[in-house]
Amino acid sequence: MLRFFHQLGSPKHFYRIAGRWIPWLAAACAALMLIGLYQGMVVAPPDYQQGDSYRIMFIHVPSAWMSLFIYIVMAVAGAIGLIWHMKLAEVIAISSAPIGASFTFLALVTGSIWGKPMWGAWWVWDARLTSELILLFLYLGVMALYSAVEDKRTAARATAILAIVGVVNIPIIHYSVEWWNTLHQGPTVTKFGAPSIDLRMLIPLLLMAVAFKLFYAMVVLMRARVEVLQRERNAQWVRELVDIS
Amino acid sequence: MTLQQFFHMGGYAVYVWSSYAIALVVLVANVVAPILQRRKLFVQLARRQRRERRES
Repeated sequence: MLRFFHQLGSPKHFYRIAGRWIPWLAAACAALMLIGLYQGMVVAPPDYQQGDSYRIMFIHVPSAWMSLFIYIVMAVAGAIGLIWHMKLAEVIAISSAPIGASFTFLALVTGSIWGKPMWGAWWVWDARLTSELILLFLYLGVMALYSAVEDKRTAARATAILAIVGVVNIPIIHYSVEWWNTLHQGPTVTKFGAPSIDLRMLIPLLLMAVAFKLFYAMVVLMRARVEVLQRERNAQWVRELVDIS
Repeated sequence: MTLQQFFHMGGYAVYVWSSYAIALVVLVANVVAPILQRRKLFVQLARRQRRERRES
């Protein structure tokens, strides 16, 4: 086990191991997504208040969860890179940013499309929506900062600090529906006691949430592999890899 | 449920299917982007290695 983690720290082995995991993650993700979509779009009944429009939930809610989850991964990986100078953590942190940004974008856009028929407005400046929009700007800030600094190790340190400071926004997003009066509905899954959601809706929602997590794991490894190649471009193993390609 | 009912989404077809279409685009883009980046990097590195061999 210890040897496994030691090897994972070496860029060459990480590149190889990640390459082996990606197809399995892709297969598991695709399977869960197909089952989840079938359960959500065909089996689950219409909502008694929202009709069929609530089916947007099966992508909106997992995307929103991922936007928070990926941000925490990015900040923790950034902190590990900052404290222990672990290159791989830096790579994971910076590879997470564009993926997190895309899920935040997806959560905002699908929320907007859901809001139009339910609230009568594409956008309202309430706490939940505004704090999620700030999250998108944080992701974009991390990406911009990383590409603006020439030396990639310095860039990784700077972006890690920005990411860690931005963590303050995460609890604000999560509790925004409780702290402020808002149009956005409160939590139905994570609240104490039994979730106030029908099982036939909850199961596809959770399936999609796990599928999105696997999707993130897959694409973050894909991005991290490219980032590793870029950083190790002068290493012998990368030269050999290029020669045989 | 008939196929027609499925696509109709109780009158919310525009909202539901446009959401799913955008989600599909975002997911596909996330998969394609690193593949293209990787290909570009390999072309770039291969060119550099050829140039170095010529010079030495």
